[in-house]
Amino acid sequence: MEKMPKWADVVLIPLISLLLAAILSALVILAIGENPIEAVNLMVTGSLGSTYGWGYTLYYATNFMFTGLAVAVAFHARLFNIGGEGQAMLGGLGVAIVCLYIPWPHWSIALLGACVASALFGAAWAAIPAYLQAKRGSHIVITTIMFNFIAAAFLNYMLVNVMRPQGSQDPATARFPEAVHLPTFQSMFSSAENIVFRGAPANISFFVAILACIVVWALIWRTRLGYEIRAYGHSETGAVYAGISPVRITIIAMLISGALAGMMAINNVMGEAERLVLNSTEGAGFIGIAVALMGRSHPFGVFLAALLFGFLYQGGAELALWTSIPRELIVVIQALVILFTGALDNMVRIPLEKLFLTLRTRAD
Amino acid sequence: MTLMKSLMGAAAAVAMTAGAALAEPALIFDLGGKFDKSFNEAAHNGAQRWANETGGKYREIELQSEAQREQALRRFAEAGANPIITMGFAMADPLAAVASDYPDTKFVAVDVNWLDAPNIRQVSFAEHEGSYLVGMMAAMASESGTVGFIGGMDIPLIRHFGCGYAQGAKAVNPDINVVANMTGTTPAAWNDPVKGSELTKAQISQGADVIYAAAGGTGVGVLQTAADEGILSIGVDSNQNHLHPGKVLTSMLKRVDVAVYDAMKAGDDVETGVFTMGLAEDGVGVAMDDNNKELVSVRMSDAVTDARKGIINGDITVVSYYENDSCPALQF
Repeated sequence: MEKMPKWADVVLIPLISLLLAAILSALVILAIGENPIEAVNLMVTGSLGSTYGWGYTLYYATNFMFTGLAVAVAFHARLFNIGGEGQAMLGGLGVAIVCLYIPWPHWSIALLGACVASALFGAAWAAIPAYLQAKRGSHIVITTIMFNFIAAAFLNYMLVNVMRPQGSQDPATARFPEAVHLPTFQSMFSSAENIVFRGAPANISFFVAILACIVVWALIWRTRLGYEIRAYGHSETGAVYAGISPVRITIIAMLISGALAGMMAINNVMGEAERLVLNSTEGAGFIGIAVALMGRSHPFGVFLAALLFGFLYQGGAELALWTSIPRELIVVIQALVILFTGALDNMVRIPLEKLFLTLRTRAD
Repeated sequence: MTLMKSLMGAAAAVAMTAGAALAEPALIFDLGGKFDKSFNEAAHNGAQRWANETGGKYREIELQSEAQREQALRRFAEAGANPIITMGFAMADPLAAVASDYPDTKFVAVDVNWLDAPNIRQVSFAEHEGSYLVGMMAAMASESGTVGFIGGMDIPLIRHFGCGYAQGAKAVNPDINVVANMTGTTPAAWNDPVKGSELTKAQISQGADVIYAAAGGTGVGVLQTAADEGILSIGVDSNQNHLHPGKVLTSMLKRVDVAVYDAMKAGDDVETGVFTMGLAEDGVGVAMDDNNKELVSVRMSDAVTDARKGIINGDITVVSYYENDSCPALQF
């Protein structure tokens, strides 16, 4: 028997958690002498009040959808992939290589090529920890996080010594050629008299991310492989009894996870920066963990959670622009949301379950 | 004289605020944040000095992500801020994309000198010249014949520092051994004093008795360990001589604060173009004060004064690492 109705699980608990985080954040803002209502107002209008704001919110959300899905797929196999950061970095390298060294005739073909390259590079980076886990039993948490550092050092070497244009100080590649520039929301939705999404980085890869959500949903709940991944995640011994190979599932799940994390690069590298910079991922791989936790590893939940974090990022940027709230405090506000929705989930869940149980027994 | 100057400055400020009441300057800090004890903090100090002297106000943002670079530029430009001052070479690319959209706004780019736009003031520093001078002092102060260099993140800019330092050391003593280490390859290397301390100990065990830290917040650990172990150190960017009086040989000054202060003072009349602040412009230099005067011999300060003159009038050439991405005096 379900302890409480589905709608309460999916909607009510996250909402209450968010409300608690918001109240605590308001107290913190009050404590440093700023006006919390004004701050909330700035965040909401700055991120959702205009197409410009949405353009940034959706750009961040696209990143978090890819990394959130990556973590979610691995979660279904009870694998904790915290190497999304490194896999996304390598994905960026893949994108940069195909964009710079292959003369694409049109962005649409280039986007396909970049998707493949980023997925391959990301998957390759996840393959080594996956092999070590499957064959050697080295814990995936340790190896994936170590691989983040190796990826950072590798990327640094490539950018400083190999791919940096002569004479440039900036450890970054050259700009990608015009032909591979992805259409932004501005060019897609603006008409001559009405320019929307002005200057915002959201681009067509947002739709690729939505497509990825649908594909992951179909994979996990509508295919044999997805069933095997979930079965392995629920019980390894059970899966072995059913003839599912743990080695195979571990490696496949991690390859898919790494590929999804790597594909984030079509948004931030190909869509936004249009060149590969050292700091291109900037923590999106780690935010993906929070997004997957909050989204209950379901693609639709990941989509919603990614939107929320996109809002927090863009709202935080507006706060930084127009108030004197220091950026450390903006990180505190973002962290409070993660804390309440992810880590302190049971704090809300258990009392709420009790409440529903008493309500039900009274009704009976 | 100084009174006259500040009076004139104040008068100019009054005149300016009267003319363009809306044009507040804006300052965009790089990802390190404004309290990084180094580059960004120097900019903050320059801006504060301007604000205290003129009573003016300025907008500011500490960037948190790459996507915010262009965003901050556009938002400030649309809000009418002028001039908009940016910190660090990573702003060059977004500036190149944004500047032409706001032809009436002046932009100031610190640490950038390769852009082509009529409304950007580009200010770069000849760090290799200042590093050359501290390299000479290091070689003269060293008794072991080995001096050290500890860089932050391994990027061309920091190699540029190390390269000037090694050339200066070798100009004094051609046989000197220069040990160079980088703290790391990620931005975390700018703020890792523990690793800085470990590298200092490693270099001491290789015989180094003077160590130059060009590593942002990591340098705090280098200077601390050098003082604890009884060897000399050299600070960077700001004057860090006071951190351990009598233990810090000198500091290589990079006057980012002056660049920011000057730009804010000039307001929206700021002159655009490419400006290199070297020894001649006092954009870089060596820090001499009460804290290190017992460490600097007359011979040392005379040699530095002569070399400074020599570099300014062209008798001494300090090779820049950027010229051909390699250093004649040091292998990284």
